[in-house]
Amino acid sequence: MTTKGILGKKVGMTQVFTENGELVPVTVVEVQPNVVLQVKTVENDGYEAIQLGVDDKREVLTNKPAQGHAAKAKTTPKRFIREIRNVELGDYTVGDEVKADIFAAGDAVDVTGITKGHGYQGNIHKDGQRRGPMAHGSRYHRRPGSLGAIINRVFKGKKLPGRMGNHQRTMQNLQVVRADVENNVLLIKGNVPGVNKSFVTIKTSVKSK
Amino acid sequence: MRQNKLIEKITNDQLRTDIPDFRAGDTVRVHARVVEGTRERIQLFEGVVIKRHGSGISETYTVRKISNGVGVERTFPLHTPRVAAIDVVRQGRVRRAKLYYLRNLHGKAARIPERRRG
Repeated sequence: MTTKGILGKKVGMTQVFTENGELVPVTVVEVQPNVVLQVKTVENDGYEAIQLGVDDKREVLTNKPAQGHAAKAKTTPKRFIREIRNVELGDYTVGDEVKADIFAAGDAVDVTGITKGHGYQGNIHKDGQRRGPMAHGSRYHRRPGSLGAIINRVFKGKKLPGRMGNHQRTMQNLQVVRADVENNVLLIKGNVPGVNKSFVTIKTSVKSK
Repeated sequence: MRQNKLIEKITNDQLRTDIPDFRAGDTVRVHARVVEGTRERIQLFEGVVIKRHGSGISETYTVRKISNGVGVERTFPLHTPRVAAIDVVRQGRVRRAKLYYLRNLHGKAARIPERRRG
């Protein structure tokens, strides 16, 4: 099955009522028309993909290569550029616009974004570990526990405090509630990764048959 | 809280305009649509509004009544199509926005004086 994809900007969450009155929590994703910046073919690039771009950048913020790349698609340089693999290449030519109507209400999609950064966090917040007793002289409150057997190193993957969040993550199998071409908006049921105003990639779900 | 313009635009057409003006302390009669199998009927729920919460399409209100000696609270989304109508039966004079203190009172003490209209 071929994939469809579009880039957007997370606006925030709200609720909408369905026809039978159910209240559905949705994330509003603004999908301004994407521009196909490049079509990658096996002969040229070794693999097939389309490169989409969204959100215009001021010229002063761009360099000559970026301007030249965008000029091939007769557009302005874009802030967010991502490739979509496994697409029907024949449907796209450089300079085409991709709009919200490539998805319809009811479609299953995967949404990729950069999660919120939480800074340096301990095991309890970061990994969901439990704390020791606070009283009765335990002296063991929020520590990460044993570091393992004495083999002069720590096992890979041992859960320890560190930076939490700010990772690329994909939410799979989310449902499109509404695709609004007029407002350039996709409503996606539930939450998607990232802070408001962050960019997300929306693709046909790998779980949809 | 200031709402995003785009979100406002999306949800605006779902907002109901036939909602009467009421606030915490008022007594209201809510005509809730109940679906039983294939049949739909109207169920009345009458009581005191103890809070209004949120804004825009997410706004809700909670109605409290005493049913068979047991306090019952129901929270409705303000703009839900599952409520056919809201009647304001009585306007109450209260000095709080959230009347959680009513939960600890019953009988005479839980009365709310009537507010002058206007």
